[in-house]
Amino acid sequence: MSSVPLNAGAPSPASAGPLATLKALRGRLPAWLPWFVGRLLSGIGVVLVISFIVFGATQALPSDPARIILGPEAPEHTVDTLRRQLGLDRPLVLQYADWAQQVLSGNLGRSIDSSVPVGELMAGRFANSLTLTLAVAAVAFPLALVLGIFMALRRDSLADRAVLSSVVLFKAVPGFVIGICLVMIFSTSVFSILPAASLLDPSLPAWRQPQYLVLPTATLALSVATYLLRLVRASMIEAMDSEYVTAARLRGVPERRIIWRHAVPNALIPAIQGVAMTFRVLFGGAVLAEVIFSYPGIGNTLNAAIEMRDLPLIQGIVLVITVGVVVINLAADLITVLLTPRLRTATRIRARSPGLRNAASLWRTGKSWRVSV
Amino acid sequence: MSVIAVDGHAFRRVESGAGAAHDTAQNDVFSNVAAQAPALPAAPLLKVQGLRVQLAGGADVVSDVSFEVAAGRIIGLVGESGSGKTTVASALLGHVRHGARIVEGRIEVAGTDLLSLDEDALRTVRGRVVAHVAQDPATTLNPLLRIGTHMHEVLEVHAPALDRAAREARILDVFADVGLPAEAAFLKRFPHQLSGGQQQRVLLAQAFVLKPRLIVLDEPTTALDVSTQARVLATIRRLCSQHGVAAVYVSHDLAVVRELVDDVIVLYAGRIAEAAPLATLFDAPAHPYSQGLLAAIPDVAERRALQPIPGQAPAPGTRPAGCAFAPRCPLADARCGSEQPALSHLYGGQQAACLKLDAGPAFRIEAAASARRPAAEADGPPLLEVAQIDAWYGSRQVLHNVALRLGAGECVAVVGESGSGKTTLARALAGLGEHAVGSVLYRGQSLSLHARERTADVRHQIQYIFQNPYRALNPRHRVGETLTAAVRHFFGVDRAEAQRRAEAVMARVSLQPGLLDAYPRELSGGERQRVAIARALVCEPQLLICDEITSALDVSVQATILALLRELQAGGLSILFVTHDLGVVRALADRVVVLREGRVVEHGAVDDVLDHPFNRYTKQLVEHSPSLIDAAHRPQREARVIRYSI
Repeated sequence: MSSVPLNAGAPSPASAGPLATLKALRGRLPAWLPWFVGRLLSGIGVVLVISFIVFGATQALPSDPARIILGPEAPEHTVDTLRRQLGLDRPLVLQYADWAQQVLSGNLGRSIDSSVPVGELMAGRFANSLTLTLAVAAVAFPLALVLGIFMALRRDSLADRAVLSSVVLFKAVPGFVIGICLVMIFSTSVFSILPAASLLDPSLPAWRQPQYLVLPTATLALSVATYLLRLVRASMIEAMDSEYVTAARLRGVPERRIIWRHAVPNALIPAIQGVAMTFRVLFGGAVLAEVIFSYPGIGNTLNAAIEMRDLPLIQGIVLVITVGVVVINLAADLITVLLTPRLRTATRIRARSPGLRNAASLWRTGKSWRVSV
Repeated sequence: MSVIAVDGHAFRRVESGAGAAHDTAQNDVFSNVAAQAPALPAAPLLKVQGLRVQLAGGADVVSDVSFEVAAGRIIGLVGESGSGKTTVASALLGHVRHGARIVEGRIEVAGTDLLSLDEDALRTVRGRVVAHVAQDPATTLNPLLRIGTHMHEVLEVHAPALDRAAREARILDVFADVGLPAEAAFLKRFPHQLSGGQQQRVLLAQAFVLKPRLIVLDEPTTALDVSTQARVLATIRRLCSQHGVAAVYVSHDLAVVRELVDDVIVLYAGRIAEAAPLATLFDAPAHPYSQGLLAAIPDVAERRALQPIPGQAPAPGTRPAGCAFAPRCPLADARCGSEQPALSHLYGGQQAACLKLDAGPAFRIEAAASARRPAAEADGPPLLEVAQIDAWYGSRQVLHNVALRLGAGECVAVVGESGSGKTTLARALAGLGEHAVGSVLYRGQSLSLHARERTADVRHQIQYIFQNPYRALNPRHRVGETLTAAVRHFFGVDRAEAQRRAEAVMARVSLQPGLLDAYPRELSGGERQRVAIARALVCEPQLLICDEITSALDVSVQATILALLRELQAGGLSILFVTHDLGVVRALADRVVVLREGRVVEHGAVDDVLDHPFNRYTKQLVEHSPSLIDAAHRPQREARVIRYSI
């Protein structure tokens, strides 16, 4: 067929009643709210899908947990009885509902390795990871911001090129090499002023033991700051080259005001997504750094749990990380939308994660990808 | 007379001899001028002398530019891309773009030598004494700041004594002046919530709020529709005369300049080619380049045989020795290739830098035979018959029941302002529209609006050419690959045959076969658009759909593309030409369809529609289209000949 029937596919006019109510509501509610609700729902969807996978990977595998518990020698009817007692003969959907209910009420089961409840085990480790993450953020973000803006303003100068080259060096060197070098310099070969391993006292919160935080923080900060630095530099250069900056100059606006009022706010919007990306990496467990320094964070714990096939613990950690990543993404997108008037006032936001795409494009090509609404 | 452009050397001589006996030719011109315009103040407000701007590599962007503007006068600075007009414009505020620098010259505004000022002093001059209005208002306004913040900033910086209420009062005053709503609520809006015309008015308000002495307008209407452009131009004219502001208006478009300015400077390759009072330039252009420009501009008022200027303007660093225009000039001889012509003074304040001023016109405006007869009825069934097309953009309907016919060998123009749905229509007919429905017959057969549902046979017969030649070609493919890929896709021929066809099509679009090995980045804009046309032609189309294919090109290049299209049409090709430029319509099309907000408001033979528009909207479009011909002169266009005077 080559000719489409007339009006096929045309949006049918919505009925007047609900539409009018909607329009009236739209006057009072922020324009971005429908977009945000959509993003929220899709975030919940992601968590659900991950929970299916986690559940499927453990409860619904072809291997029979009852048989595993009782061993290969057990008679078939005993296994059947246990299977019934465990509810394994019930439909998968019901089993999932039961499991989800347990998870939601905070019961993630007990660790196979240590028999400690998974929730209890994770709480301490996540607190440690969060402390480390915040410490890294506190060091890396201001560093990247200040240095990035400084370099952009002195683009192609000797200082800019020197910093840029060393940034490339840090980026090219794997994180664990940086970690090992730092250990050699500050704990073993050169100076012995900092502990080489972060043997935290579990009875104290991590932030009360800063001597153990210094080296892991430095290692992680050095590797994430390089990314953010280049991101901030590139978007700041783009902002300074923009026509609104030239126009402000031609209106006689002082340079300082141009930088802080015009360029920096525009340059920081893509950086929001860069910050979010950093948080995701750190929160999901900075495995390498934690392993090197034996830091009792979540990455280290997940690593150990995988080695021990400690399924309840793996489930718990993966679920919490998933929720964390979804929340970070949501927060970053919301902040991006709120800080971008064009998106904030748009009734329909087409780009799913405009800032993320912009950040990715800046990172790859050094050029900004513009959001069109 | 406010424009007195001389090369730097001559100017110094004149200055030193000011008040002395008029013993040189230059001084005679000056005294003539003074006699003609006794009312003008003695000291010009803006004086530019021997301005030279260089790139970091040492190549001149602008050389030996000198001119003056008196208060209350508007001067037009005209040139094609690469002529240095924007560089001159920003130099008037002591600014050059990154990587360039002012190496020579003097720019004096109201007695202050701008180039001798330090950063701080220059900053106080910018905005307050000299204001600048940029080309694209959409990117010139900071997307994060409200309109009010933009306006307040100018006053905070330059008039710190004013308190917030006083500032706001001034802002609302100037808003009323430039034709914006003088309401506090309007100040709360963000740039993207304004139309293009409103954004441009905000820029004008920013420029005028401090009551500057000189205002530099860098193509401020290029991004606007003709109707909006006409209104903005009227506003600029009124503000300049009302406040006695001198203005420099930079444009690539002689027709726009004609609506506004008192004097014109034509720049070519960074030098002044010609400077003359407006009427003189249009009636008797002296420089071959000015003549060429005027002959290359399609005009809404009459069908012209457009005279393309061969070749292209040289980029900085590749400019030839001697006269930069010599390689493109039909009058050039060996001397032109070696000797840099100085500006010489002609009668009536006109000046031109050319060694062949006596050699007669290099280009002349020629009216073409009247438009061809509307062919559709005579030639039997039309090639393309659109009974109805509707299209949506999201939930908004952008095409309403659009119908049109296109006969074999006919050129139909689709005209409308931005947002009229003309590109949507073109894309739908090309099969690229996602949300279009309708019934279309192609050669009597039903035609799908989705290219993938069309047979390969129909697909190669209908070809589409995109607006922007800089983005329509794959940057990683050589021209040859671009062409042979299309051939082999449609006709399954072997490599040698594809190569042969590619070479043949290159000849058809007047490109050297050697360019088959070039990458698009090595080509100029006009060459790229030729390659894009070649890519369509190599598919052996019956119907060519052209979406604003000349709007990204300079006028002289546009003329060559239009000439090519006319030639192809004479060879039997049908063309659907989408454009916003009624001059192009007059020059090219047989029939025209006028779209407004997705509806056809008028259609008919080009001369009928443009000479006697029936619909009010069409009438408005025709009236607002800048023309080189006075309304009063239009009936006697046969009488127009170019006069030359020395």
